[in-house]
Amino acid sequence: MNTLLEVNKVVKQYGDYVALNEVSLSVPQGSIYGLLGPNGAGKTSLIRIINQITMPDSGQIILDGEKLQPKHVQYIGYLPEERGLYQSMKVGEQCLYLAQMKGLSKVEAKKQLEYWFDRLGIQGWWNKKIQELSKGMAQKIQFVVCVLHKPKLLIFDEPFSGFDPVNANVIKDEILALRDEGATIIFSTHRMESVEELCDHIALIHKSNKLIEGKLEDVKRLHKTNSFEVGVLTDNVEGLMYDITQKFTVSPANFKSLNKELKLEIQIGNSLPNELLNLLTQRGQVTHFVEKIPSVHDIFIQTVTK
Amino acid sequence: MSIISLIIKREFFAKVRNKSFIVMTFLSPLLFVGIAVFVSYLSSMKADVKQVAIHDETGLFAKEFIAQNTEENQYKYLDLSQIDSQYLKDSIASNGYEGVLVIPKTAAVTDLENKIEFISDGSPSISFIENAQDIIARKITKINLENAHLDTLAIKKAQASVNINIAKTSGEEGLKGLNEAKIAIGGAFGYLIMMFIIIYGNMVMRSVIEEKTNRIVEIIISSVKPFQLMIGKIIGTSLAGILQFTIWVIIGLSLLFAASVFFGVNIGPAANVSPALIEHSQTEFAGTAQLFIKELWNLPIASILIGFVVYFIGGYFLYSSFYAAIGAAVDNQTDSQQFLLPVIMPLMLSVYVGFFSVVNNPNSTMAVAFSMIPLTSPIVMLMRIPFGVPWWQLAISVTLLFGTFLLVVWFAAKIYRIGILMYGKKPSWKELYRWLKY
Repeated sequence: MNTLLEVNKVVKQYGDYVALNEVSLSVPQGSIYGLLGPNGAGKTSLIRIINQITMPDSGQIILDGEKLQPKHVQYIGYLPEERGLYQSMKVGEQCLYLAQMKGLSKVEAKKQLEYWFDRLGIQGWWNKKIQELSKGMAQKIQFVVCVLHKPKLLIFDEPFSGFDPVNANVIKDEILALRDEGATIIFSTHRMESVEELCDHIALIHKSNKLIEGKLEDVKRLHKTNSFEVGVLTDNVEGLMYDITQKFTVSPANFKSLNKELKLEIQIGNSLPNELLNLLTQRGQVTHFVEKIPSVHDIFIQTVTK
Repeated sequence: MSIISLIIKREFFAKVRNKSFIVMTFLSPLLFVGIAVFVSYLSSMKADVKQVAIHDETGLFAKEFIAQNTEENQYKYLDLSQIDSQYLKDSIASNGYEGVLVIPKTAAVTDLENKIEFISDGSPSISFIENAQDIIARKITKINLENAHLDTLAIKKAQASVNINIAKTSGEEGLKGLNEAKIAIGGAFGYLIMMFIIIYGNMVMRSVIEEKTNRIVEIIISSVKPFQLMIGKIIGTSLAGILQFTIWVIIGLSLLFAASVFFGVNIGPAANVSPALIEHSQTEFAGTAQLFIKELWNLPIASILIGFVVYFIGGYFLYSSFYAAIGAAVDNQTDSQQFLLPVIMPLMLSVYVGFFSVVNNPNSTMAVAFSMIPLTSPIVMLMRIPFGVPWWQLAISVTLLFGTFLLVVWFAAKIYRIGILMYGKKPSWKELYRWLKY
């Protein structure tokens, strides 16, 4: 897979405060790339550098094989976390203005706007002022402004905040559709369930440093503890426990089931799962056997609190 | 279309379509003309004639006062020397007199100097008292001269009056009154620049603050450079300002014209002059007016106009950059006060220097110095130009102005760049200095 965006040892300092410490990332073409990190980790600083709002103190950014330069602004669509539009400007006029700033001609901008307004079912808003719209409606306009010029790289900072579940779903589907059409998406959020759902790559920034980066599955594989949740129906609990504790680390588990079986979480270390399974089947009836895969949420908490 | 012209266009239309802008554009000239008409109406109203009783026991002065009674005179003097002074004093209110002037009988006329009294329940105006003193003093002087057996007529003849005529080395005749015209032209242009800077500089600042509080600024500067945004804003706002100013001038002039026709009021300095006086001086005036117009044409009109444009652009851009940087540094308008003071100060200073120093001597050290300092030169130099300024001074002043302008824009752009993304706290001067180094 080609790399669309390459961030190379980027450093950004504000006075004595280091906001980004030699951060390197590579965002593959056509991926949805989750940029995670606690508040103040340096995500916004990085996003602003990619958008050329601020310049890095050192380091390099390569977009589509070229060093990042002013003409690249038209390849990038940015939805900042802090949303805002001109309150007293009309929707249509405002979108045209912002699209022209991204290098679209007026005619082309108008064509695209009509397409998107139609697609999101907001045709009637053209002559409304932003101050007449609800917050969610204004967010929709902002989304349109962000994607209007068909950017190769889309940067969404908390795209779902402010949307009701129905509209959040609409936006989610649009994001997936944009990905399918070939756009690459950087997705910064604190909502881990949407990361699980959408992202195929993630990176975690904490205290100005990048700690984790990779394909979501690879990251999970790396962070799994080789634990299994098991449920066993047995008459001889002591015997079973004795056998298992000889070889593995065991702790009680909690999951929902219909039987009153023994529920355990077992770390098998370097052993193979079948060794555990054989042991269990000798002693009782196995009703539940699942490998524990860490969620992004778990990985986040684990890495940040370490 | 280039990005900056897009921004200029948006800023211009955002300002021009604003309701308060439209209302102010059409209301201000009405207010201004309304006030002008009201003031000149008041000043053209005839004041009530006030009666002043003269009780002259010497019999020397009453005639002199009576001679003053004319149609135009606000005071009417009545010779009531025959009536008892005490009675007069008591009846001031009942007879509706303004007051009673009591001139007692003394051994010699010279003894009168400190003995004359004006009794009144009101407070007489200074000009009235001075006039009365003048009449009495002149009479006493005349009597003194006669007592000394001096020929008053010969003395009057011997008194010389001198009137210095002003001329240029080129031999052309000049007018003394022209200096006032020069001051007026320079002052008007200087004042215009100050007003423009304060009104529209503030507008630039508000517009920056608006973008910041809207949070749209992050989207905009992900497409354009902050510097482009700032320059576009300044130019767009100034175009809206020029439009507003032009409308003001057009509406103001036509309203003023209409009002003067409609009310039959002479607006301006001529309002206080009586028709008789104008008629009397008509012939003399025509000659003077011709000379005046000729002199006006001899003024460095080209220099004044070019100077106005150059200093207007330089000054407005210089100050607007300050305003833009301040707008970027703060979150709301109340926080801007501490930073605005140092911006307003040099503006006020230049107007004061202009009206006190330049008017006295356009080539004084102070006037020259302040017409060089970039923050004050747009106003002070403009006031000096009508009096003639050596070209090298102009060159230095303009170079300094535009040099400083570039420097300030550079600094302002830095503060702007950092400031527009800073939220939530009011920065200190120290912090602004730190931003310059980011």
